[in-house]
Amino acid sequence: MIRNTLIGAALALAIPAVALAQAAKPNDAQIAHIAYTAGVIDVAAGKQAIAKSHNKAVLDFANEMVRDHTAVNNQALALVKKLGVTPEDNATSKSLAAAAAAKLKELGKLNGKAFDKAYVNNEVAYHKTVNGALSGTLIPDAQNAELKGLLQTGLKLFTEHQHHAEMLAATLK
Amino acid sequence: MRTAPLATLAVALVGALALASCGKPAPATYQVTLANMAYGPLPTDLRAGDSIEWINADIFQHSVTARDGSFDVDLPPKAHGRTVLTKPGQIDFYCRYHPGMSGRLTVAS
Repeated sequence: MIRNTLIGAALALAIPAVALAQAAKPNDAQIAHIAYTAGVIDVAAGKQAIAKSHNKAVLDFANEMVRDHTAVNNQALALVKKLGVTPEDNATSKSLAAAAAAKLKELGKLNGKAFDKAYVNNEVAYHKTVNGALSGTLIPDAQNAELKGLLQTGLKLFTEHQHHAEMLAATLK
Repeated sequence: MRTAPLATLAVALVGALALASCGKPAPATYQVTLANMAYGPLPTDLRAGDSIEWINADIFQHSVTARDGSFDVDLPPKAHGRTVLTKPGQIDFYCRYHPGMSGRLTVAS
């Protein structure tokens, strides 16, 4: 009796979530836009850190973010051109960009160690979010095999970045 | 009378050198390609004196950095680099930029 009630409650919660996910399933043009936007956001954050930080480890990390995300975005641009796909702006890209703009403004007010810690902590959180979106939605939903492959390489790269950011955050405490 | 033993000695010496060089193979060069955020298969029969040519086929910058400090090869995208393995032993290495990428070379004498 209790078990059935619990399962019923779980289903009641799960079904709307599944329905929502299906309704909002992005197409390849939208997925390419989301992945590209995610890269652009981290490049902008890295450039802000390069301009503001004086910590060598933070600067090395920020340079790595700019270099790697630029490389993967250049690859993404070449791929959409080859496939004849025009990346399509969408609600997810817009909300990512809005949150990132607010974060840039917030971090812009900080300096020195306070900036370094806030930047690196945000990099940990940001890469976790992007990795969750890549493995949970973007990679499974991508239809084109080459786009899926590039997103999988992106996931490996961003997971490395997340670990690197976590290691760096531990040294800044 | 004296030339014959000398010639024999010379032939023997050349023979000995030839035998010695047969016993120890010439140093080899192996290629390892980096792609999609990973090191390719590593050679398993390495000997001191052998070399590895690292080929970065990835779109990202990587490095091959020995944990014992014995070598550190920086590899921009599409670049090549070489490591000469001077002594036997195990060498753990990783990528300075992406520390989750790592490997171990086992070098025989």
